Amino acid sequence: MTKRAQPTLEVRALHKSFGTDPVLKGIDLIVQRSEMVFVLGPSGSGKSTMLRCCNRLEEPDSGEIFVEGDRLTGPGVNLNAMRQRIGMVFQSFNLYPHLTALGNVTLALRRVQKMPRAAAADAALEALTQVGLGDRAGHYPAQLSGGQQQRVAIARALALRPTVMLFDEPTSALDPELVGDVLDVMREVKAQGMTMVVVSHEMSFAREAADRVIFMDQGRIVEQGPPAQIFDAPREDRTRAFLSRVSG
Amino acid sequence: MTGFERFIDTFWNTAVLVRYAPAILQGVGVTVVLSLLIVICGIALGAGLACVRAYRVRPVSFVIVIYADVLRALPPLVLILLVFFGLPNLGIRLSAFTVLFLVLTLVLAAFAEEIVWAGITATPKGQWEAARSTGLGFTQTLGWVVLPQATRMVIPPLTNRAIAITKMTALGMVIGVPDILGQATTAQSFSANATPLTLAAVAYVLLFLPLVVFSRWLETRFSGGRA
Ligand SMILES: Nc1ncnc2c1ncn2[C@@H]1O[C@H](COP(=O)(O)OP(=O)(O)O)[C@@H](O)[C@H]1O
Ligand SMILES: [Mg+2]
Repeated sequence: MTKRAQPTLEVRALHKSFGTDPVLKGIDLIVQRSEMVFVLGPSGSGKSTMLRCCNRLEEPDSGEIFVEGDRLTGPGVNLNAMRQRIGMVFQSFNLYPHLTALGNVTLALRRVQKMPRAAAADAALEALTQVGLGDRAGHYPAQLSGGQQQRVAIARALALRPTVMLFDEPTSALDPELVGDVLDVMREVKAQGMTMVVVSHEMSFAREAADRVIFMDQGRIVEQGPPAQIFDAPREDRTRAFLSRVSG
Repeated sequence: MTGFERFIDTFWNTAVLVRYAPAILQGVGVTVVLSLLIVICGIALGAGLACVRAYRVRPVSFVIVIYADVLRALPPLVLILLVFFGLPNLGIRLSAFTVLFLVLTLVLAAFAEEIVWAGITATPKGQWEAARSTGLGFTQTLGWVVLPQATRMVIPPLTNRAIAITKMTALGMVIGVPDILGQATTAQSFSANATPLTLAAVAYVLLFLPLVVFSRWLETRFSGGRA
């Protein structure tokens, strides 16, 4: 197999328990290059845990994960090198409060990728401009709105030029009027060809932007397909019940 | 002599004052040097121990916790006497100055370790996760993300503790350190007059009042939110 034929992200038979509580009961997922996969599911169904296993913030109990064919799981993996290929955006932004927007974005460029200061600043400014915040580079997180903070967080991940980006409810902590800006940025990132896995409750965004929608419940993928199929003609009762609950 | 004159003669006798002021000024020098050394070394050692503890290697953390708890529990005077009068029996001779420096540095380090550790654990988990998700290692995350935030949080309590410990340099008197109080008590016994002690009190106030005011300012500045 050549490298080009590899899926960008592949998850095989992923299991994870917290104590005796099984949270992921065998997840298989293949994400192709430039695909945007949307993950839906009730609270507690394991969406965050699955996403966090995909960069090993959470350690899987068993199963395998590959990024462009390179193994992420198992011993002997250079985790810090692999993680630069997997961008992560959190619900609560998690910006570094003691650093400016520019400092937030340059930190990993400087300390992990060992870029010289000027080159890192250029790359960071480019990423900030891409999320529409080139003019806010010198602001501290506390001086930015929630929507702007999340866009800086996206720039922080984007600047490392990852292969795939994981979004865990990126707009759930935002005031409704700020959600649109963040979704616009995500649309833009997708348009550039980024591979994305998005956990979110933004149904209309999913319908419009997603290539594929996955419905998870109780640690399993219950159903998946193109947005039109999942939203308009779900096959599974659990999917139907969930959709009627969130839209009703 | 009226009561007031007797009072002045006892606590602010000009002749005694002029005679012993130079000695007490020397004591000020000793106290300042000693305090600076204790604060710098004590905080550095304490912060270092807190960082080591962050790696959560059980036996190592256990030793650090025991160290911090014992040194915070013991009255520093007991330690000073124990070290000063005990070590010579083992053939180790340290000057009074060195003993005072060592003991107070170790005591401040114990408190500083606990304070900085509290700051490290109070830094939200999301900060670690964000940093690690960009490929920063544990040590890099500690150094570039967690410690800068922890430090901000703990500057007020650390300042207060540093002031409290440096004031204890006065305990050096009992083993003959020529610091402010040491010089003043010597002068007091020679002159049979309390004026040197008044002078010492004035010196301590001049030395520490600005620091106390400074710590109050720090507290308002760093309380809540980022500075
Ligand atoms: N660190 C943890 N320790 C213990 N239980 C956890 C932890 N993280 C998540 N869980 C549990 O795992 C289940 C799935 O959580 P999560 O993946 O966050 O679901 P979702 O993101 O779909 O809401 C929940 O029951 C949650 O309580
Ligand atoms: Mg979640």
